[in-house]
Amino acid sequence: MTTQEWKFTAKEIANKPDLFLPGHRACAGCVPATVLKLVMKATRGPTIVTEATGCMEVVSSIYPYTSWATPWLHTAFETAAANASGIEAALKIMKKKGRISQEHVDVIAIAGDGGTFDIGFQALSGAVERGHDFLFLLYDNEAYMNTGIQRSSGTPHGAATTTSPAGSSVPGKLEYKKPLADIMIAHNMEYVATASPYYWRDLITKVRKGLEVEGPAFLHVFAPCPRGWRSNPAKSIEYSKLAVETCVFPIWEAVNGNYKLSSPSKLLSLAPQKKKPVSDYLKGQGRFRHMFKPENKALLDEVQNITDKRWKQLLKKCNLS
Amino acid sequence: MMKNLKQKMVALAGDQAVAFAAKQSDVDVVAAYPITPQTIIVEQFSEYVANGEVETEFICTESEHSAMAASIAASATGARAFTASASAGLALMHEMLFVASGCRVPVVMAIANRALSAPLNIHGDHSDSMAQRDSGWIQMYAENSQEAYDSIIQAFKIAENSNVLLPVMVGLDGFTLSHTLENVETFSDETVKEYVGIRKIANVLTHEGKLAPFRLDPKNPMTMGPIALQNYYFEFKRQQEEAMSNALMVIQNVNKEYGEISGRKYGNGLIDEYYLKDAEIAVICIGSTAGTMKTIVDQLRNEGIKAGLLRIRTFRPFPSEDIRTALSNVKAIAVMDKSMSFGGNGGPTFHEIRNALYDSNPRPFIVNYIYGLGGRDTSPTQLRTIYSDLQQILTKQTIDQPIKYLGLRD
Ligand SMILES: Cc1ncc(C[n+]2csc(CCOP(=O)(O)OP(=O)(O)O)c2C)c(N)n1
Ligand code: SF4
Ligand SMILES: [Mg+2]
Repeated sequence: MTTQEWKFTAKEIANKPDLFLPGHRACAGCVPATVLKLVMKATRGPTIVTEATGCMEVVSSIYPYTSWATPWLHTAFETAAANASGIEAALKIMKKKGRISQEHVDVIAIAGDGGTFDIGFQALSGAVERGHDFLFLLYDNEAYMNTGIQRSSGTPHGAATTTSPAGSSVPGKLEYKKPLADIMIAHNMEYVATASPYYWRDLITKVRKGLEVEGPAFLHVFAPCPRGWRSNPAKSIEYSKLAVETCVFPIWEAVNGNYKLSSPSKLLSLAPQKKKPVSDYLKGQGRFRHMFKPENKALLDEVQNITDKRWKQLLKKCNLS
Repeated sequence: MMKNLKQKMVALAGDQAVAFAAKQSDVDVVAAYPITPQTIIVEQFSEYVANGEVETEFICTESEHSAMAASIAASATGARAFTASASAGLALMHEMLFVASGCRVPVVMAIANRALSAPLNIHGDHSDSMAQRDSGWIQMYAENSQEAYDSIIQAFKIAENSNVLLPVMVGLDGFTLSHTLENVETFSDETVKEYVGIRKIANVLTHEGKLAPFRLDPKNPMTMGPIALQNYYFEFKRQQEEAMSNALMVIQNVNKEYGEISGRKYGNGLIDEYYLKDAEIAVICIGSTAGTMKTIVDQLRNEGIKAGLLRIRTFRPFPSEDIRTALSNVKAIAVMDKSMSFGGNGGPTFHEIRNALYDSNPRPFIVNYIYGLGGRDTSPTQLRTIYSDLQQILTKQTIDQPIKYLGLRD
């Protein structure tokens, strides 16, 4: 992996032509769409994108329109990584046989939490094990939004979804969010990182780093969805900031398994008093509304506890405790 | 035009013949997952890769589902893609088969036909590929290993034809063909490579009104596999049907041109007729059973009985018109099915044949024989009873039992 630190300037990014074009059908305040726009700003040359079924695929490719100014392929919900395998293999051999002119073509596979944590996980694990050269980009809006807000194994503890509703005897999702990025590190990947789009330069830099890896790279991007989270669309990006400030979604990168906090999270490790309570992040989101009822106080405490516990574990992995 | 090119006789099991044909067809990407009785194909191909005998990217995927997804993606990128499967593996691909045909990628796949679970059974029947008959794939079935070899080579020509652009599945009977050594006439690598050629990418009209290659090309960004709703989906499907009917002609042409270089033809490419011209009774079957049936027809003919055989080589697109013509003089027909359509009044081939002959005038008697499920052996004696049953039907001028199970335990 190159050691060069990328310094993307706002001007440079603004001037670079979009590859994810406006006119798509995403809801107002949809952060996944913002994420894709930013991700495509990080490309370094010819790039093929393949996407799993889900909100971003659906809103960007309604025939006869498309938001993609780069070659793009969708096949199914669980196949993003398998598609990337096929594309990468084809590019490799076609280049060898002199059938394509490009010196190099980057491959990005994009999927939501459903297409990554759940149904697409086997294909992802397999493609990474085989060592294909591609970047897997997970935009995590923490539920199956395209089909109407059902829970995934990326949905956080306590969240109400349409298949984990907050009822009178079960207060939302009982299970905990799967530590997916850690699982990917366990695949001995060269580059795994998490990012949140409020910190856009950090996100773009990580995409570029992932592309530069010769082999598989994995990027887990936090992506608020006002529709599914029942939150104010105007506050979507703010939630992507609060998630980091409360350590609900710390941002870090791991090069060859060596965890390192990225600046915004690093700051909190140095000044723990700045770490905000999770309630600052949870309040205002309809999916967590029930947690603020007096009878669910224990649930709220539990979310704070689990957040603290995971943050501590992360600090340990970063050799910061 | 090349004619009767030099060939070499090699002893090959059906699976080996398939792998050899794929190797010679200069395949760019093979993405596959092993399953009995297809394993030899994957193993053999891995050996070619390990020994540097092919210029192919081989992806040993973690499942058949991913194998098909990777094949689709490789083909969409512009590569020639090949894979192979059977039974549970093909069933696992089900979702992706429709994606392949819908994306119009010319992937070629060999199927070593095998029963489906449950109960688990590794032996030959047609349940696996028959269950995929509506997936939009061209389906061809080989009678012997020679035909398996020839059909794989032909399949690339058919699939990649710009009037077709559909994936092709070539079936060979599990174990009966896949694992049995036969003498196979083979071409040199160069001959096949030249015959198949480098994959030509069709040009399509873009929304800007210019022509662009139909593949994932950074110079001509294309959105492939989009969402198409009530306003466009239907047209996509109608076009697939158009491509299927174009394939009827393309398969015949390929059969003809391949016949010229090899000296081998499989009927007209769609159906293979045996003593049908003056036949009064005839059997219709698919795959290796035809070999035994031909011997039985020879015996019957020696006895002066006007018996014939029709082997369906191409099941999708279904060659209804050719079948109607070939059977126009036949009075009683038995259709053999090595798979079932539970609750459907007979097997899938029976349905197709009754459909194809509904408009015949006079309409012949048509009966169905389900046989060989899970690899159950069917003896020549049992097969012969089919013809005697047909004779009885003609004598009595009535059908007592339209659907029979051949070789079933009492
Ligand atoms: C095999 C299969 N099962 C189910 C579906 C239905 N489906 C389509 S998108 C989707 C959820 C997508 O969730 P996610 O990956 O989180 O993306 P999001 O829509 O949230 O952006 C589901 C369940 C499908 N298309 N294919
Ligand atoms: S439902 Fe959520 S993820 Fe989907 S388009 Fe709307 S805001 Fe974006
Ligand atoms: Mg989601």
